Amino acid sequence: MQWETVIGLEVHAQLATKSKIFSGASTAYGAAPNTQACNVDLAFPGVLPVLNREAVNCALKFGVAVGAEIGKRSVFARKNYFYPDLPKGYQISQFELPIVGKGELTVELESGESKVIGITRAHLEEDAGKSLHEDFHGLSGIDLNRAGTPLLEIVSEPDMRSIKEAVAYARKIHQLVVYLGICDGNMQEGSFRVDANLSIRPYGQEAFGTRTELKNINSFRFLERALNYELERQIDVVEGGGRIVQETRLYDADKDETRSMRSKEEANDYRYFPDPDLLPVEIDESLLEQIRDEMPELPTAKLQRFIQTYALGEKEANALTASRPLADYFEAVVNAGGETKIAANWVTMELGGALNKAGLNLANSPVSPEQMGGLLKRIADKTISGKIAKQVFEAIWNGEGDADTVIKAKGLKQITDTGAMEPIVDEIIANNPKQVEQFRAGKEKLLGFFVGQVMKATRGKANPEQVNELLLKKLKA
Amino acid sequence: MHNKTIAELGAGLRAGEFSSVELTRHFLKRIDSLDEGLNCYITVTPDVALQAAEAADQRISAGDAGPLTGIPIAQKDIFCTQGVKTSCGSRMLDSFISPYDATVVERLNAAGVVMLGKANMDEFAMGSSNETSFYGPVRNPWDRERVPGGSSGGSAALVAARLAVAATGTDTGGSIRQPAALCGITGLKPTYGRVSRYGMIAFASSLDQGGPMTRSAEDAALMLQAMAGFDPRDSTSAEEPLPDFSAGLNDSLQGLKIGLPKEYFDEGLDAGVAASVEAAIEEYRKLGAEVVEISLPNTHLAVPTYYVVAPAECSSNLSRFDGVRYGYRCEDPKDLEDLYKRSRGEGFGEEVKRRIMIGTYALSAGYYDAYYLKAQKIRHLISDDFKAAFEQVDVVLGPSTPTTAFGLGEKADDPVTMYLNDIYTIAANLAGLPGMSVPVEPVEGMPVGLQLIGNYFDEAKLLNVAHKLQQVTDWHKLAPEGC
Repeated sequence: MQWETVIGLEVHAQLATKSKIFSGASTAYGAAPNTQACNVDLAFPGVLPVLNREAVNCALKFGVAVGAEIGKRSVFARKNYFYPDLPKGYQISQFELPIVGKGELTVELESGESKVIGITRAHLEEDAGKSLHEDFHGLSGIDLNRAGTPLLEIVSEPDMRSIKEAVAYARKIHQLVVYLGICDGNMQEGSFRVDANLSIRPYGQEAFGTRTELKNINSFRFLERALNYELERQIDVVEGGGRIVQETRLYDADKDETRSMRSKEEANDYRYFPDPDLLPVEIDESLLEQIRDEMPELPTAKLQRFIQTYALGEKEANALTASRPLADYFEAVVNAGGETKIAANWVTMELGGALNKAGLNLANSPVSPEQMGGLLKRIADKTISGKIAKQVFEAIWNGEGDADTVIKAKGLKQITDTGAMEPIVDEIIANNPKQVEQFRAGKEKLLGFFVGQVMKATRGKANPEQVNELLLKKLKA
Repeated sequence: MHNKTIAELGAGLRAGEFSSVELTRHFLKRIDSLDEGLNCYITVTPDVALQAAEAADQRISAGDAGPLTGIPIAQKDIFCTQGVKTSCGSRMLDSFISPYDATVVERLNAAGVVMLGKANMDEFAMGSSNETSFYGPVRNPWDRERVPGGSSGGSAALVAARLAVAATGTDTGGSIRQPAALCGITGLKPTYGRVSRYGMIAFASSLDQGGPMTRSAEDAALMLQAMAGFDPRDSTSAEEPLPDFSAGLNDSLQGLKIGLPKEYFDEGLDAGVAASVEAAIEEYRKLGAEVVEISLPNTHLAVPTYYVVAPAECSSNLSRFDGVRYGYRCEDPKDLEDLYKRSRGEGFGEEVKRRIMIGTYALSAGYYDAYYLKAQKIRHLISDDFKAAFEQVDVVLGPSTPTTAFGLGEKADDPVTMYLNDIYTIAANLAGLPGMSVPVEPVEGMPVGLQLIGNYFDEAKLLNVAHKLQQVTDWHKLAPEGC
């Protein structure tokens, strides 16, 4: 039997607000336990939530970016359940009337095709705290720093038909929220988490099979692995005559397996109802207008523009627009005088490699886009060769100044004066009679040897094209 | 000295006739000798009080005193008070010392009041007799074998017994007006959103509202002035302009239109109470008011609607009391479930548990539409009744309660009969309207309350209407024997 895979994803994107969604406490990551939990986060008797408008703006940016329906009114609801890291005994979330309604996202697949994935809704909610089970001698510790951190839960339609599509969609959502500046996208710190719903059905069947939900996935690699494992497991169960049980399964990255957390029968009745402590959020047209006006260029539009404006290939343009900081860096380099093709190459390869090696990211690159542009300008006007440029780049990286300063200080200016080059060429020809003879006898490969000798003698500063020309003229004379 | 009102005491303080410290000592002494038999206070705070009194005296001598500076009051134990036990009448919070002040407390403190202590109340404000308190029932100062009403029973009884000049209360379904009526004092439940709920331990968030409990409308205006106003920490607090509540107290009632809802005068109303209300209506006629009969046709739906909405909200609001972070925790929990079950089972009293269960049921999958959603729709109908009424009249008038205070233990085993005691007060909460109870002629020595309901944010009108009655009658000046 041939099985068709059906996948829908729920993404939890932590919104990049300074303070929590319903309190003034900081959302910064990594503080000592319970130092970023105020009276509201600790759910002391009598405290009340106050909505952080910035979280609403973040959600609206996402809504506008995916062309979603956005209602005039949005309502917060309480999701009631008991857990020690949920201080109020309910999570403030949204149920009916989420802030973002139906939208869609176009995902580019490896095959070069693209596919439209439906977005069912996206709603605002608060995160819970953390339960720590180690180091407490049989007890559990509770850290409420994360409690109340704003999340945008983005729910897709079950539109994905392969694991590759699911991963591509997750990556695209990740790219989008980072582009919009509404999420830092840091998956290790849990800023972007994915839950996946997967089911299988025989090809041609219309009805969906019973799905399982996979939780706790915090990298794209794990998403792929978890889905692979779960797909195999479901096929094995069904082909072995069994039945899929609707349940929540936890992905264990260490064991690379999924295991049952709770079945539908044990599922909580969350008793959702509108939170009487919070008024409905009214979204007026002027706010949406403002958000549309301030919308940054989105990845797909930027990709197209890069291909057209900078005459880049799709692969190069794709690499450069993968993240907004990288694209911005590239454009700054071009503005500072870098030729587009050379700039694309230098930004992705030379700078990218160096940053990677040093474990740095673009934001703390020791080489500014202006410095990079200045360097590339000197390649374009032939002041230095590409090879020397790498040396100059290293010096800039080490803080020795901009390209012109380095070139001057180290005397790296290319020798383009044939008059200055001629005595050197003559000397090398005179010193290597054997090779000259062989060359003249037809072993033209030896040109490389002569070029190498000249470069060595000029410490790389000679313009290679001119050296070639001059050598050929003299050797063939 | 203890028979004086806020207005009178304030004048005496500012004229230097006595100091706030003297006044405070006087009340602390009264509490010492009289409260044992009444049980109005859960916590008495002499140190806090004397410190505040000294500060108040300094403000007075510096000429920086407001109308409440140096006035001894009590805070209902539902308001969080920094550094002072805030129990909400429950074993669950018997060990809870609040780390912060409620907005109401903060504002009254800024006005210079002297807090004598925390008033007894029904557990988590759930009750109409003060019998559900973990700290035992409060006795009615007019007859110690009778209840003072609830849930602000301690506040009402201590104001009636002159164990403070005034107190704060909260009203979710009548919890200020009903005990005010049964204890013969003046109580005002403001418009929903007028007084911040921040730091007021939530029972039913969409209904709860704090307000003053005093011995006169004039005093209620002074207290409300300090308590009310927009609070950015409470999203449901209203950004309405705050009028001077005392300015219009003496406005003429000539031409005022008073509506009597016929549903409030039917067979459930005690004949004696009805006669007292009639006598007050007669006074209003004499003051030039026009009295007309009106109808609030959905009145009979108020109690059942309330007993869906309020328990539903409370079932969620009280989930935070789980034994994890503060408050009562059972001994030696075996595991998490045991911790939850026993901490909540042992920490909460019977009435609270009953309401949590009713509310949990009403919100459950499959029942939500039939109960909670329907109740919310009926709420709109009840609001519409009042909207129509206020197109015809300026204030709605009726009894606060169907009877005078009932006996201790009389209704304790019959929750439904108990719930019906709030039949006239609940609608104002469901509609979010301001309501007031003022004392009228007692029946067989027991106080009777007259209820006034006003339009949204029209507290000033209610205070004016109540004050004018108190100018021509002395019912509000009656004191229980021995107090």
